[in-house]
Amino acid sequence: MTMADRLSPLPTAEAAADAHETRRARAARIERVAKWLLPILVLGLGTWLWDRIVVWNDIPHYILPGPGLVAETLVDDWADLREALLVTIWITVMALGLAVIGGVGLAILFTQSRWMEMSFYPYAVILQVTPVVAVAPLIFIYIDSRIAGLLLCAWLVAFFPILSNTTLGLKSADHNLTDLMRIYRASRWQRLRYLQLPSALPYFLGGLRIAGGLSLIGAVVAELVAGRAGIGSGLASRISEAGYRLDIPLMFAALLLIALSGVAVFAVLSLVSHLALRKWHESALSRE
Amino acid sequence: MTGVLPPGQRPRVLEMQGVDKTFNGAVMALRKMSLTVNQGDFISLLGPSGCGKSTALRLISGLMPPTAGRIVWDGGEHPGDLGMVFQEPTLMPWATVAQNVWLPFRLRGMSFTSVKDRITEALAGVGLERFADSYPRALSGGMKMRVSIARAMVTKPRLILMDEPFAALDEITRQKLNDDLLALKARIGCTVIFVTHSVFESVFLSDRVVIMAARPGRVVREIGVDAPYPRDMAFRTSPAYAAKCREASDALILAMGEAA
Repeated sequence: MTMADRLSPLPTAEAAADAHETRRARAARIERVAKWLLPILVLGLGTWLWDRIVVWNDIPHYILPGPGLVAETLVDDWADLREALLVTIWITVMALGLAVIGGVGLAILFTQSRWMEMSFYPYAVILQVTPVVAVAPLIFIYIDSRIAGLLLCAWLVAFFPILSNTTLGLKSADHNLTDLMRIYRASRWQRLRYLQLPSALPYFLGGLRIAGGLSLIGAVVAELVAGRAGIGSGLASRISEAGYRLDIPLMFAALLLIALSGVAVFAVLSLVSHLALRKWHESALSRE
Repeated sequence: MTGVLPPGQRPRVLEMQGVDKTFNGAVMALRKMSLTVNQGDFISLLGPSGCGKSTALRLISGLMPPTAGRIVWDGGEHPGDLGMVFQEPTLMPWATVAQNVWLPFRLRGMSFTSVKDRITEALAGVGLERFADSYPRALSGGMKMRVSIARAMVTKPRLILMDEPFAALDEITRQKLNDDLLALKARIGCTVIFVTHSVFESVFLSDRVVIMAARPGRVVREIGVDAPYPRDMAFRTSPAYAAKCREASDALILAMGEAA
Protein backbone atom coordinates (compact mmCIF):
# COMPACT_ATOMS: atom_id res chain seq x y z
CA MET A 1 0.00 0.00 0.00
CA THR A 2 1.48 3.35 -0.96
CA MET A 3 1.39 6.49 1.08
CA ALA A 4 -1.12 8.06 -1.34
CA ASP A 5 -3.49 5.10 -0.95
CA ARG A 6 -3.49 5.47 2.76
CA LEU A 7 -4.04 9.19 2.68
CA SER A 8 -6.66 9.41 -0.05
CA PRO A 9 -9.74 8.26 1.95
CA LEU A 10 -9.27 11.05 4.44
CA PRO A 11 -10.36 14.12 2.40
CA THR A 12 -13.41 12.31 0.99
CA ALA A 13 -14.49 11.23 4.46
CA GLU A 14 -14.14 14.82 5.60
CA ALA A 15 -16.17 16.11 2.66
CA ALA A 16 -18.86 13.52 3.31
CA ALA A 17 -19.11 14.61 6.94
CA ASP A 18 -19.38 18.20 5.78
CA ALA A 19 -22.17 17.39 3.35
CA HIS A 20 -23.96 15.59 6.15
CA GLU A 21 -23.58 18.61 8.44
CA THR A 22 -24.80 20.96 5.69
CA ARG A 23 -27.84 18.79 5.11
CA ARG A 24 -28.58 18.78 8.82
CA ALA A 25 -28.22 22.55 9.09
CA ARG A 26 -30.51 23.06 6.09
CA ALA A 27 -33.14 20.73 7.51
CA ALA A 28 -33.02 22.63 10.81
CA ARG A 29 -33.48 25.97 9.01
CA ILE A 30 -36.44 24.70 7.02
CA GLU A 31 -38.00 23.29 10.16
CA ARG A 32 -37.70 26.63 11.97
CA VAL A 33 -39.68 28.39 9.23
CA ALA A 34 -42.17 25.56 8.71
CA LYS A 35 -43.02 25.51 12.40
CA TRP A 36 -44.67 28.90 11.97
CA LEU A 37 -45.64 28.83 8.32
CA LEU A 38 -47.56 25.53 8.29
CA PRO A 39 -50.07 26.35 11.04
CA ILE A 40 -50.72 29.73 9.40
CA LEU A 41 -51.34 28.03 6.05
CA VAL A 42 -53.73 25.57 7.70
CA LEU A 43 -55.57 28.46 9.36
CA GLY A 44 -55.89 30.31 6.03
CA LEU A 45 -57.06 27.19 4.22
CA GLY A 46 -59.56 26.32 6.96
CA THR A 47 -61.04 29.82 7.01
CA TRP A 48 -61.30 29.85 3.22
CA LEU A 49 -63.06 26.45 3.21
CA TRP A 50 -65.44 27.63 5.95
CA ASP A 51 -66.27 30.72 3.89
CA ARG A 52 -66.76 28.70 0.69
CA ILE A 53 -69.03 26.13 2.37
CA VAL A 54 -71.25 28.94 3.68
CA VAL A 55 -71.38 30.74 0.31
CA TRP A 56 -71.71 27.69 -1.96
CA ASN A 57 -74.46 26.13 0.15
CA ASP A 58 -76.22 29.39 0.82
CA ILE A 59 -76.28 28.68 4.55
CA PRO A 60 -78.22 31.39 6.45
CA HIS A 61 -76.23 33.32 9.08
CA TYR A 62 -78.47 32.11 11.95
CA ILE A 63 -77.32 28.55 11.16
CA LEU A 64 -73.67 29.11 10.32
CA PRO A 65 -72.21 32.58 9.80
CA GLY A 66 -69.19 32.92 7.52
CA PRO A 67 -65.83 34.00 8.88
CA GLY A 68 -66.34 37.49 7.44
CA LEU A 69 -69.55 38.02 9.40
CA VAL A 70 -67.90 36.75 12.62
CA ALA A 71 -65.04 39.21 12.13
CA GLU A 72 -67.55 41.98 11.44
CA THR A 73 -69.45 41.17 14.64
CA LEU A 74 -66.19 41.15 16.53
CA VAL A 75 -65.47 44.69 15.35
CA ASP A 76 -69.04 46.04 15.68
CA ASP A 77 -69.63 44.63 19.18
CA TRP A 78 -66.06 45.16 20.31
CA ALA A 79 -66.92 47.62 23.12
CA ASP A 80 -69.31 45.10 24.67
CA LEU A 81 -67.12 42.06 24.00
CA ARG A 82 -64.03 43.78 25.32
CA GLU A 83 -65.71 44.39 28.66
CA ALA A 84 -66.77 40.74 28.86
CA LEU A 85 -63.31 39.59 27.82
CA LEU A 86 -61.72 41.62 30.59
CA VAL A 87 -64.10 40.10 33.16
CA THR A 88 -63.30 36.55 32.00
CA ILE A 89 -59.57 37.19 31.96
CA TRP A 90 -59.72 38.87 35.37
CA ILE A 91 -61.54 35.88 36.90
CA THR A 92 -59.15 33.44 35.23
CA VAL A 93 -56.06 35.26 36.45
CA MET A 94 -57.43 35.76 39.98
CA ALA A 95 -58.47 32.11 40.21
CA LEU A 96 -55.06 31.02 38.98
CA GLY A 97 -53.38 33.28 41.53
CA LEU A 98 -55.49 31.80 44.32
CA ALA A 99 -54.83 28.30 42.99
CA VAL A 100 -51.09 28.97 43.19
CA ILE A 101 -51.38 30.24 46.77
CA GLY A 102 -53.73 27.42 47.81
CA GLY A 103 -51.96 24.66 45.88
CA VAL A 104 -48.43 25.57 46.93
CA GLY A 105 -49.53 26.36 50.49
CA LEU A 106 -51.25 23.00 50.89
CA ALA A 107 -48.34 21.20 49.24
CA ILE A 108 -45.91 22.75 51.73
CA LEU A 109 -48.24 21.91 54.61
CA PHE A 110 -48.59 18.32 53.39
CA THR A 111 -44.85 17.79 53.02
CA GLN A 112 -44.10 19.37 56.40
CA SER A 113 -46.67 17.29 58.23
CA ARG A 114 -47.50 13.68 57.39
CA TRP A 115 -50.55 13.96 59.67
CA MET A 116 -51.96 16.87 57.68
CA GLU A 117 -51.40 15.01 54.45
CA MET A 118 -53.05 11.84 55.70
CA SER A 119 -56.00 13.82 57.04
CA PHE A 120 -56.72 16.13 54.13
CA TYR A 121 -55.25 14.72 50.92
CA PRO A 122 -58.21 12.40 50.26
CA TYR A 123 -60.55 15.39 50.40
CA ALA A 124 -58.40 17.35 47.96
CA VAL A 125 -58.78 14.40 45.59
CA ILE A 126 -62.55 14.32 46.11
CA LEU A 127 -62.78 18.05 45.34
CA GLN A 128 -60.84 17.42 42.16
CA VAL A 129 -62.81 14.43 40.86
CA THR A 130 -66.25 15.95 41.50
CA PRO A 131 -67.26 17.78 38.30
CA VAL A 132 -67.45 21.50 38.95
CA VAL A 133 -70.66 21.76 36.89
CA ALA A 134 -72.36 19.62 39.50
CA VAL A 135 -71.10 21.64 42.44
CA ALA A 136 -71.54 25.12 40.96
CA PRO A 137 -75.36 25.43 41.39
CA LEU A 138 -74.96 24.77 45.13
CA ILE A 139 -72.13 27.25 45.39
CA PHE A 140 -74.28 29.97 43.85
CA ILE A 141 -77.05 29.25 46.35
CA TYR A 142 -74.81 29.78 49.37
CA ILE A 143 -72.51 32.48 48.07
CA ASP A 144 -74.21 35.78 47.37
CA SER A 145 -71.35 37.49 45.62
CA ARG A 146 -71.35 36.41 41.99
CA ILE A 147 -67.65 37.15 41.56
CA ALA A 148 -66.75 35.20 44.71
CA GLY A 149 -68.79 32.23 43.45
CA LEU A 150 -67.10 32.32 40.05
CA LEU A 151 -63.67 32.55 41.67
CA LEU A 152 -64.43 29.62 43.97
CA CYS A 153 -65.54 27.43 41.05
CA ALA A 154 -62.50 28.29 38.94
CA TRP A 155 -60.24 27.75 41.96
CA LEU A 156 -61.74 24.33 42.66
CA VAL A 157 -60.80 23.17 39.18
CA ALA A 158 -57.38 24.80 39.04
CA PHE A 159 -55.74 24.18 42.40
CA PHE A 160 -55.36 20.41 42.24
CA PRO A 161 -52.72 20.09 39.49
CA ILE A 162 -50.63 22.66 41.34
CA LEU A 163 -51.11 20.85 44.65
CA SER A 164 -50.30 17.39 43.33
CA ASN A 165 -47.37 18.48 41.15
CA THR A 166 -45.83 20.66 43.85
CA THR A 167 -46.23 17.92 46.46
CA LEU A 168 -44.47 15.48 44.14
CA GLY A 169 -41.74 18.06 43.49
CA LEU A 170 -41.16 18.81 47.17
CA LYS A 171 -40.76 15.09 47.79
CA SER A 172 -38.40 14.62 44.85
CA ALA A 173 -35.43 16.41 46.39
CA ASP A 174 -32.21 14.44 45.91
CA HIS A 175 -31.76 11.98 48.82
CA ASN A 176 -28.06 12.66 49.19
CA LEU A 177 -28.68 16.41 49.29
CA THR A 178 -31.32 15.80 51.96
CA ASP A 179 -28.74 13.80 53.94
CA LEU A 180 -26.20 16.57 53.44
CA MET A 181 -28.69 19.08 54.84
CA ARG A 182 -29.10 16.86 57.90
CA ILE A 183 -25.34 16.50 58.36
CA TYR A 184 -25.04 20.29 58.23
CA ARG A 185 -27.86 20.57 60.80
CA ALA A 186 -30.12 22.57 58.50
CA SER A 187 -33.42 23.66 60.03
CA ARG A 188 -36.70 22.51 58.53
CA TRP A 189 -37.16 25.98 57.05
CA GLN A 190 -33.66 25.98 55.51
CA ARG A 191 -34.25 22.58 54.00
CA LEU A 192 -37.50 23.81 52.48
CA ARG A 193 -36.04 27.08 51.25
CA TYR A 194 -32.71 25.88 49.86
CA LEU A 195 -33.52 22.34 48.74
CA GLN A 196 -37.16 21.38 48.47
CA LEU A 197 -38.60 24.53 46.86
CA PRO A 198 -35.96 24.72 44.11
CA SER A 199 -36.35 20.97 43.48
CA ALA A 200 -40.11 21.43 43.18
CA LEU A 201 -39.92 24.38 40.78
CA PRO A 202 -40.01 22.40 37.49
CA TYR A 203 -42.90 20.26 38.79
CA PHE A 204 -44.77 23.35 40.01
CA LEU A 205 -44.37 25.08 36.65
CA GLY A 206 -45.72 21.99 34.87
CA GLY A 207 -48.76 22.07 37.16
CA LEU A 208 -49.12 25.80 36.61
CA ARG A 209 -49.48 25.39 32.85
CA ILE A 210 -52.25 22.84 33.33
CA ALA A 211 -53.92 25.00 35.99
CA GLY A 212 -53.90 28.05 33.69
CA GLY A 213 -56.07 26.26 31.15
CA LEU A 214 -58.27 24.78 33.87
CA SER A 215 -58.96 28.11 35.57
CA LEU A 216 -60.23 29.49 32.25
CA ILE A 217 -62.44 26.41 31.86
CA GLY A 218 -63.60 26.82 35.47
CA ALA A 219 -64.40 30.50 34.94
CA VAL A 220 -66.43 29.77 31.77
CA VAL A 221 -68.31 26.78 33.17
CA ALA A 222 -69.17 28.58 36.39
CA GLU A 223 -70.50 31.54 34.48
CA LEU A 224 -72.69 29.34 32.31
CA VAL A 225 -74.12 27.78 35.47
CA ALA A 226 -74.49 31.13 37.26
CA GLY A 227 -76.70 32.19 34.36
CA ARG A 228 -77.61 35.74 35.30
CA ALA A 229 -76.29 38.11 32.68
CA GLY A 230 -75.91 41.86 32.75
CA ILE A 231 -73.31 44.25 34.10
CA GLY A 232 -70.02 42.62 35.02
CA SER A 233 -70.61 39.37 33.19
CA GLY A 234 -68.00 37.60 31.10
CA LEU A 235 -67.75 35.96 27.71
CA ALA A 236 -69.62 32.81 28.74
CA SER A 237 -72.69 34.88 29.68
CA ARG A 238 -72.45 36.59 26.30
CA ILE A 239 -72.50 33.20 24.61
CA SER A 240 -75.56 31.89 26.44
CA GLU A 241 -77.34 35.24 26.09
CA ALA A 242 -76.58 35.34 22.33
CA GLY A 243 -77.78 31.74 22.12
CA TYR A 244 -81.24 32.73 23.38
CA ARG A 245 -81.39 35.45 20.73
CA LEU A 246 -80.07 33.11 18.02
CA ASP A 247 -77.26 35.61 17.46
CA ILE A 248 -74.90 32.93 16.15
CA PRO A 249 -72.22 35.34 14.84
CA LEU A 250 -71.88 36.83 18.34
CA MET A 251 -71.57 33.32 19.79
CA PHE A 252 -68.72 32.59 17.40
CA ALA A 253 -67.04 35.93 18.15
CA ALA A 254 -67.17 35.31 21.91
CA LEU A 255 -65.98 31.73 21.44
CA LEU A 256 -63.04 32.97 19.39
CA LEU A 257 -62.07 35.35 22.18
CA ILE A 258 -62.24 32.57 24.79
CA ALA A 259 -60.02 30.35 22.66
CA LEU A 260 -57.54 33.17 22.16
CA SER A 261 -57.52 33.87 25.92
CA GLY A 262 -56.67 30.21 26.54
CA VAL A 263 -53.83 30.36 24.04
CA ALA A 264 -52.56 33.59 25.62
CA VAL A 265 -52.63 32.10 29.15
CA PHE A 266 -50.74 29.04 27.95
CA ALA A 267 -48.17 31.13 26.06
CA VAL A 268 -47.52 33.44 29.02
CA LEU A 269 -47.12 30.51 31.44
CA SER A 270 -44.83 28.67 29.03
CA LEU A 271 -42.68 31.78 28.81
CA VAL A 272 -42.57 32.11 32.60
CA SER A 273 -41.58 28.45 32.84
CA HIS A 274 -38.85 28.84 30.24
CA LEU A 275 -37.41 31.93 31.90
CA ALA A 276 -37.37 30.29 35.32
CA LEU A 277 -35.68 27.08 34.17
CA ARG A 278 -33.54 28.05 31.20
CA LYS A 279 -30.28 28.21 33.15
CA TRP A 280 -30.31 24.75 34.64
CA HIS A 281 -33.23 22.42 33.95
CA GLU A 282 -33.02 19.70 31.33
CA SER A 283 -36.41 20.62 29.89
CA ALA A 284 -35.27 24.13 28.99
CA LEU A 285 -31.80 23.31 27.68
CA SER A 286 -30.82 23.04 24.07
CA ARG A 287 -28.39 20.23 23.39
CA GLU A 288 -25.29 21.04 21.50
CA MET B 1 4.03 18.66 56.41
CA THR B 2 1.73 21.02 58.25
CA GLY B 3 0.27 20.20 61.60
CA VAL B 4 -0.03 16.42 61.29
CA LEU B 5 1.74 14.53 64.03
CA PRO B 6 3.17 11.07 63.40
CA PRO B 7 0.73 8.22 64.09
CA GLY B 8 0.73 7.28 67.76
CA GLN B 9 1.01 10.89 68.95
CA ARG B 10 -2.21 12.14 67.38
CA PRO B 11 -5.15 13.15 69.58
CA ARG B 12 -8.29 11.06 69.26
CA VAL B 13 -11.23 12.36 67.17
CA LEU B 14 -13.70 9.57 67.72
CA GLU B 15 -13.95 5.99 68.77
CA MET B 16 -16.47 3.39 67.63
CA GLN B 17 -16.94 0.92 70.46
CA GLY B 18 -18.55 -2.41 69.52
CA VAL B 19 -21.06 -0.78 67.21
CA ASP B 20 -23.90 -2.93 65.81
CA LYS B 21 -26.44 -1.84 63.22
CA THR B 22 -29.46 -3.97 62.43
CA PHE B 23 -32.08 -2.89 59.89
CA ASN B 24 -35.76 -3.77 60.44
CA GLY B 25 -34.70 -5.88 63.39
CA ALA B 26 -33.50 -8.57 61.00
CA VAL B 27 -30.73 -7.55 58.61
CA MET B 28 -27.43 -7.19 60.40
CA ALA B 29 -25.49 -4.58 58.43
CA LEU B 30 -22.66 -4.15 60.90
CA ARG B 31 -21.46 -6.29 63.81
CA LYS B 32 -19.23 -5.24 66.69
CA MET B 33 -17.29 -2.61 64.80
CA SER B 34 -14.57 -0.91 66.78
CA LEU B 35 -12.38 1.77 65.30
CA THR B 36 -10.31 4.58 66.71
CA VAL B 37 -9.91 7.64 64.53
CA ASN B 38 -7.15 10.09 65.37
CA GLN B 39 -6.56 13.65 64.27
CA GLY B 40 -4.93 13.70 60.82
CA ASP B 41 -5.60 10.03 60.00
CA PHE B 42 -6.47 8.98 56.49
CA ILE B 43 -8.47 5.80 57.02
CA SER B 44 -9.90 3.70 54.20
CA LEU B 45 -12.75 1.30 54.79
CA LEU B 46 -12.16 -1.35 52.14
CA GLY B 47 -14.49 -4.20 51.35
CA PRO B 48 -16.97 -5.80 48.96
CA SER B 49 -20.50 -4.42 48.64
CA GLY B 50 -22.69 -5.30 51.59
CA CYS B 51 -19.82 -5.20 54.08
CA GLY B 52 -21.34 -2.27 55.95
CA LYS B 53 -18.73 0.31 55.02
CA SER B 54 -21.30 2.87 53.91
CA THR B 55 -23.40 2.04 56.96
CA ALA B 56 -20.39 2.79 59.17
CA LEU B 57 -20.04 6.17 57.47
CA ARG B 58 -23.73 6.98 57.97
CA LEU B 59 -23.44 6.06 61.65
CA ILE B 60 -20.43 8.32 62.09
CA SER B 61 -22.12 11.18 60.23
CA GLY B 62 -25.03 10.92 62.68
CA LEU B 63 -27.60 10.21 59.95
CA MET B 64 -28.73 7.21 61.97
CA PRO B 65 -28.09 5.85 65.46
CA PRO B 66 -26.32 2.55 66.17
CA THR B 67 -28.47 -0.38 67.31
CA ALA B 68 -25.90 -1.26 69.98
CA GLY B 69 -22.49 -0.01 71.03
CA ARG B 70 -21.32 3.59 71.16
CA ILE B 71 -19.59 6.20 69.09
CA VAL B 72 -17.58 8.38 71.46
CA TRP B 73 -16.48 11.77 70.23
CA ASP B 74 -13.55 13.70 71.55
CA GLY B 75 -15.27 16.51 73.42
CA GLY B 76 -18.46 14.53 74.04
CA GLU B 77 -21.03 15.72 71.52
CA HIS B 78 -21.28 14.91 67.83
CA PRO B 79 -19.46 17.90 66.37
CA GLY B 80 -21.79 18.74 63.48
CA ASP B 81 -18.70 20.10 61.77
CA LEU B 82 -18.29 17.41 59.12
CA GLY B 83 -17.67 17.39 55.42
CA MET B 84 -19.33 14.71 53.33
CA VAL B 85 -18.67 13.57 49.77
CA PHE B 86 -21.00 11.03 48.17
CA GLN B 87 -20.48 8.69 45.25
CA GLU B 88 -22.47 11.11 43.08
CA PRO B 89 -21.36 14.75 43.02
CA THR B 90 -24.70 15.67 44.65
CA LEU B 91 -24.72 19.28 43.52
CA MET B 92 -27.73 21.55 43.35
CA PRO B 93 -28.36 21.92 39.59
CA TRP B 94 -30.14 25.26 40.01
CA ALA B 95 -27.15 26.89 41.72
CA THR B 96 -23.80 27.94 40.29
CA VAL B 97 -20.59 26.22 41.30
CA ALA B 98 -19.76 29.01 43.79
CA GLN B 99 -23.27 28.92 45.25
CA ASN B 100 -22.98 25.15 45.71
CA VAL B 101 -19.74 25.57 47.64
CA TRP B 102 -21.40 28.34 49.66
CA LEU B 103 -24.04 25.88 51.02
CA PRO B 104 -22.35 24.87 54.33
CA PHE B 105 -21.78 28.54 55.18
CA ARG B 106 -25.24 29.55 54.01
CA LEU B 107 -26.80 27.04 56.39
CA ARG B 108 -24.88 28.75 59.20
CA GLY B 109 -26.45 32.04 58.17
CA MET B 110 -23.32 33.50 56.57
CA SER B 111 -23.81 35.74 53.53
CA PHE B 112 -22.12 34.99 50.22
CA THR B 113 -20.02 38.16 50.26
CA SER B 114 -18.74 37.47 53.76
CA VAL B 115 -17.28 34.10 52.74
CA LYS B 116 -16.53 34.82 49.09
CA ASP B 117 -12.76 34.64 49.67
CA ARG B 118 -13.01 31.25 51.32
CA ILE B 119 -15.19 29.94 48.48
CA THR B 120 -12.66 31.21 45.93
CA GLU B 121 -9.87 29.61 47.94
CA ALA B 122 -11.67 26.26 48.09
CA LEU B 123 -12.38 26.35 44.34
CA ALA B 124 -8.77 27.27 43.62
CA GLY B 125 -7.76 24.27 45.75
CA VAL B 126 -9.54 21.96 43.31
CA GLY B 127 -8.48 23.99 40.26
CA LEU B 128 -11.93 25.30 39.39
CA GLU B 129 -11.76 29.01 40.25
CA ARG B 130 -12.50 29.87 36.61
CA PHE B 131 -15.78 27.94 36.79
CA ALA B 132 -17.24 29.72 39.83
CA ASP B 133 -20.18 31.09 37.85
CA SER B 134 -20.85 27.99 35.75
CA TYR B 135 -23.78 25.70 36.38
CA PRO B 136 -23.01 22.06 37.24
CA ARG B 137 -24.47 20.83 33.93
CA ALA B 138 -21.60 22.52 32.09
CA LEU B 139 -18.99 20.46 33.97
CA SER B 140 -17.59 16.96 33.38
CA GLY B 141 -18.06 14.17 35.94
CA GLY B 142 -14.57 14.72 37.38
CA MET B 143 -15.08 18.47 37.65
CA LYS B 144 -18.42 18.01 39.41
CA MET B 145 -16.70 15.74 41.92
CA ARG B 146 -14.08 18.45 42.49
CA VAL B 147 -16.85 20.91 43.30
CA SER B 148 -18.27 18.38 45.74
CA ILE B 149 -14.85 18.08 47.41
CA ALA B 150 -14.48 21.87 47.53
CA ARG B 151 -17.88 22.08 49.25
CA ALA B 152 -16.85 19.47 51.83
CA MET B 153 -13.56 21.25 52.55
CA VAL B 154 -14.62 24.89 52.39
CA THR B 155 -15.40 25.10 56.11
CA LYS B 156 -12.10 23.34 56.94
CA PRO B 157 -13.87 20.72 59.06
CA ARG B 158 -11.94 18.39 61.36
CA LEU B 159 -13.41 15.30 59.76
CA ILE B 160 -14.34 14.56 56.16
CA LEU B 161 -16.31 11.45 55.22
CA MET B 162 -16.09 10.18 51.66
CA ASP B 163 -18.37 7.42 50.36
CA GLU B 164 -16.77 5.88 47.24
CA PRO B 165 -16.36 9.35 45.74
CA PHE B 166 -14.33 8.34 42.69
CA ALA B 167 -15.98 5.00 41.89
CA ALA B 168 -17.81 6.34 38.84
CA LEU B 169 -14.81 8.12 37.32
CA ASP B 170 -12.35 6.89 34.72
CA GLU B 171 -8.94 5.65 35.90
CA ILE B 172 -6.96 8.71 34.76
CA THR B 173 -9.31 11.21 36.37
CA ARG B 174 -9.36 9.03 39.46
CA GLN B 175 -5.58 9.06 39.86
CA LYS B 176 -5.47 12.81 39.39
CA LEU B 177 -8.17 13.30 42.00
CA ASN B 178 -6.35 10.96 44.40
CA ASP B 179 -3.22 13.12 44.11
CA ASP B 180 -5.22 16.32 44.55
CA LEU B 181 -7.10 14.92 47.52
CA LEU B 182 -3.87 14.13 49.37
CA ALA B 183 -2.54 17.63 48.65
CA LEU B 184 -5.76 19.23 49.92
CA LYS B 185 -5.84 17.08 53.02
CA ALA B 186 -2.23 18.02 53.81
CA ARG B 187 -3.07 21.68 53.38
CA ILE B 188 -6.08 21.86 55.68
CA GLY B 189 -4.84 19.13 58.02
CA CYS B 190 -8.18 17.36 58.36
CA THR B 191 -9.01 13.75 59.13
CA VAL B 192 -10.49 11.62 56.35
CA ILE B 193 -12.53 8.42 56.45
CA PHE B 194 -12.70 7.09 52.92
CA VAL B 195 -14.94 4.26 51.76
CA THR B 196 -13.78 2.39 48.68
CA HIS B 197 -13.77 -1.01 47.03
CA SER B 198 -10.47 -0.39 45.27
CA VAL B 199 -7.41 -1.96 46.90
CA PHE B 200 -5.03 0.27 44.94
CA GLU B 201 -6.83 3.46 45.84
CA SER B 202 -7.04 2.60 49.53
CA VAL B 203 -3.34 1.74 49.83
CA PHE B 204 -2.25 4.81 47.89
CA LEU B 205 -4.32 7.22 49.96
CA SER B 206 -4.41 5.89 53.50
CA ASP B 207 -2.18 5.47 56.46
CA ARG B 208 -4.60 2.82 57.71
CA VAL B 209 -6.64 0.42 55.59
CA VAL B 210 -9.52 -1.20 57.45
CA ILE B 211 -10.60 -4.37 55.68
CA MET B 212 -14.22 -5.39 56.08
CA ALA B 213 -16.22 -8.49 55.19
CA ALA B 214 -19.89 -8.97 54.38
CA ARG B 215 -22.85 -10.88 55.87
CA PRO B 216 -22.72 -9.61 58.51
CA GLY B 217 -20.62 -6.50 57.88
CA ARG B 218 -17.58 -6.49 60.14
CA VAL B 219 -13.96 -5.45 60.42
CA VAL B 220 -11.59 -8.32 59.74
CA ARG B 221 -8.22 -6.65 59.66
CA GLU B 222 -6.39 -3.38 59.81
CA ILE B 223 -3.27 -2.77 57.72
CA GLY B 224 -0.99 0.18 58.38
CA VAL B 225 0.63 1.86 55.39
CA ASP B 226 3.62 3.67 56.85
CA ALA B 227 4.98 5.25 53.65
CA PRO B 228 5.43 8.97 54.27
CA TYR B 229 3.31 11.69 52.67
CA PRO B 230 3.39 13.40 50.23
CA ARG B 231 2.95 10.34 48.09
CA ASP B 232 3.38 10.61 44.35
CA MET B 233 3.92 8.62 41.17
CA ALA B 234 7.16 7.22 42.60
CA PHE B 235 5.19 5.65 45.46
CA ARG B 236 2.61 4.30 43.06
CA THR B 237 5.31 2.35 41.20
CA SER B 238 7.39 1.35 44.25
CA PRO B 239 7.81 -2.25 45.47
CA ALA B 240 6.57 -1.16 48.92
CA TYR B 241 3.25 -0.04 47.37
CA ALA B 242 2.95 -3.28 45.42
CA ALA B 243 3.64 -5.31 48.57
CA LYS B 244 1.00 -3.45 50.57
CA CYS B 245 -1.55 -3.86 47.77
CA ARG B 246 -0.79 -7.58 47.76
CA GLU B 247 -1.22 -7.78 51.52
CA ALA B 248 -4.54 -5.89 51.43
CA SER B 249 -5.73 -7.93 48.48
CA ASP B 250 -4.91 -11.23 50.20
CA ALA B 251 -6.68 -10.12 53.35
CA LEU B 252 -9.71 -9.12 51.30
CA ILE B 253 -9.82 -12.45 49.46
CA LEU B 254 -9.52 -14.29 52.77
CA ALA B 255 -12.34 -12.19 54.22
CA MET B 256 -14.58 -12.85 51.24
CA GLY B 257 -13.78 -16.56 51.42
CA GLU B 258 -14.89 -16.60 55.05
CA ALA B 259 -18.14 -14.92 54.15
CA ALA B 260 -18.96 -17.21 51.24
